[in-house]
Amino acid sequence: MPDGASPVLEVRGLKTVFRTRGGEIHAVNSVSFHLRPGELLGVVGESGSGKSVTMMSLIGLLPSPPAEVRSGEVMLGGRDLLKLAPRELQEVRGAKVGFVFQDPMTSLNPVFTVGNQIMEPLMKHMGLTKAQAETRAAELLTLVGIPDARKRLKSYPHQFSGGMRQRVMIAIALACDPDVLIADEPTTALDVTIQAQIIELVKDLRQKLGMAIVWITHDLGVIAGIADRVMVMYGGQVVEQAPVKELFANPQHPYTRALLKTVPSLTGERAARLEVIQGQPPILQAEPSACPFRARCPHAFARCEQENPLRRAIDGLPVGKGHDVACHWSAPAAGAQDG
Amino acid sequence: MADGTFRNPLVQVRGLKMHFPIYAGILRRKVGDVKAVDGVSFDIFEGETLGLVGESGCGKSTVGRALLRLYEPTDGSVVIDGQDIATLSPDALRKKRPTMQMVFQDPQASLNPRMTVAAIIGEPLDEHTGWDDAKKTARVYELMDQVGLNRRFANRYPHEFSGGQRQRIGIARALALNPKFIVCDEPIAALDVSIQAQVVNLLEDLQDRLGLTYLFISHDLSMVRHIADRVAVMYLGRIAELSPRDALYARPLHPYAQALLSAVPEADPGREATRQRIILTGDVPSPANPPKGCTFCTRCPKVMPHCREIEPKLAEVEPGRFVACHLFTDNTAGGHASSGPEVREHNQQGELS
Repeated sequence: MPDGASPVLEVRGLKTVFRTRGGEIHAVNSVSFHLRPGELLGVVGESGSGKSVTMMSLIGLLPSPPAEVRSGEVMLGGRDLLKLAPRELQEVRGAKVGFVFQDPMTSLNPVFTVGNQIMEPLMKHMGLTKAQAETRAAELLTLVGIPDARKRLKSYPHQFSGGMRQRVMIAIALACDPDVLIADEPTTALDVTIQAQIIELVKDLRQKLGMAIVWITHDLGVIAGIADRVMVMYGGQVVEQAPVKELFANPQHPYTRALLKTVPSLTGERAARLEVIQGQPPILQAEPSACPFRARCPHAFARCEQENPLRRAIDGLPVGKGHDVACHWSAPAAGAQDG
Repeated sequence: MADGTFRNPLVQVRGLKMHFPIYAGILRRKVGDVKAVDGVSFDIFEGETLGLVGESGCGKSTVGRALLRLYEPTDGSVVIDGQDIATLSPDALRKKRPTMQMVFQDPQASLNPRMTVAAIIGEPLDEHTGWDDAKKTARVYELMDQVGLNRRFANRYPHEFSGGQRQRIGIARALALNPKFIVCDEPIAALDVSIQAQVVNLLEDLQDRLGLTYLFISHDLSMVRHIADRVAVMYLGRIAELSPRDALYARPLHPYAQALLSAVPEADPGREATRQRIILTGDVPSPANPPKGCTFCTRCPKVMPHCREIEPKLAEVEPGRFVACHLFTDNTAGGHASSGPEVREHNQQGELS
């Protein structure tokens, strides 16, 4: 990966809070990360870990109220997205940042043709005429592997299967040639054989177009196959971040370790019993003053109750560049098995 | 457990068909059928877990429901513990219900939000036993202990619980009448990864302790490898392959089983980088209008001309391994002629009109 290149997207200290009747929910707490050109960053976490909310906060997709982005910086192309006016932000969405959502049925408008929906950003952001937009839309459909593209432009979303709809979503996200593509669980609603098709498509598109991708998922298997770098989120925070091979070979955070062990494998030895992470994920009702994983952590000690751990590098590189972890418990040397 | 340990079939399914009619036009005339399950046969042995895998729309959940006669099967027989469920009279069926129970996918939707946990778990006892309240309460507490729910929560409502705990409530309810056979329909699909293992371990513990037999329906092939003894792979309403777990995962025989297993991503970047994937093209055809011959012929990478004409039958091609594919049946392109004498054919009728 191009290591020295300056990041296309840089997020610093992002904090998002939901104000609900029952009090505040601190969904995202001081999340920082960056994305280099052409890189695929995998974001792993369970529901409620803040992974989707982080990405939605970046480009102002959360309804406010109840959501409030309380602090942080999101630098894209020299501008701080959090300081932009709504209209400027609209320019960024679609043109600079493409978004693919989990459920392709609910994110496509059922009363407009697919062609219409692909052409909309082309005419809006790139100022193409209708005829130009139609040609480009057909190209895009061909690019994402939909045969007979010209004809299919006139179809409605319900006339496509789930996998095909997700291809259409990708075509829309790519329409204006964005610098960053954010894919939020793009294959979770799909069957495995269709998921494999979409993953192949994204790999292929990266080769051809070279955009940077953030891929949100809860499936470590998907991440292993496509990501360059992985960020593990828990309780609204980044708990570990490393290049993909390093993360799987040498996981540091007790949560990452447990997560890797709790998912049964398709090959290799079959464990007689699955490893269990006891308890439930936390509800983030206050700004965390302690480690969010402490209640479920087998290694928790007094300090974990008193102080929320900061991310620290474990390989000498600056935090975010190499392998870093947010944990007080000093992990044993690589390869050693914990209890 | 290796295949061969259980030889006593608790559940015997033969030629099960479940067709749902399609009505159209002003007169709502029947214009066709969705052949959700189209001639499925298998056995489940006592104490065993049979995994039933496949993609959405393949009919795996319909099999589970038809097995317990939550649907009225179109054709075929389902013998559970010596009685054919498919033809029992309503009264007899009701008496039979305690032996067979179900755990549903969505614990939120399958628990009545207006009933307390104790009432939910105790409802089968109200329906099927004449016990007094004290005895019922004692049983409810016992069940809550078994599934790891705190007794103090007996008077709470489902919304006060997390997804994993709700699934425990559903499991406790299924256990209330001491069933022999439980259909688990995607019991972990709605749960987070860190919670899935808790529920799967619970199901395994209960099986060991109570000698339960499971049909474990899932699309998660890794989890099925963990929990099942034998695995049936379904495609478009039929069984493509039914094999002992280790044999299937080590060397799938049916081309669809091969493609399905190769599509599952693995949490190992090294292996992912070198793995050869079989990427199937296209989508699953509609079960209302399945292709002639083998239902997989439209996507099969090894398709042969006669696959489009003759439906392959599920046959034992290796000891304990059943495959419905022309590549394995000793065929002379005349699929109707019975194959070799050793090949035991499972009667998988399903001639398409």
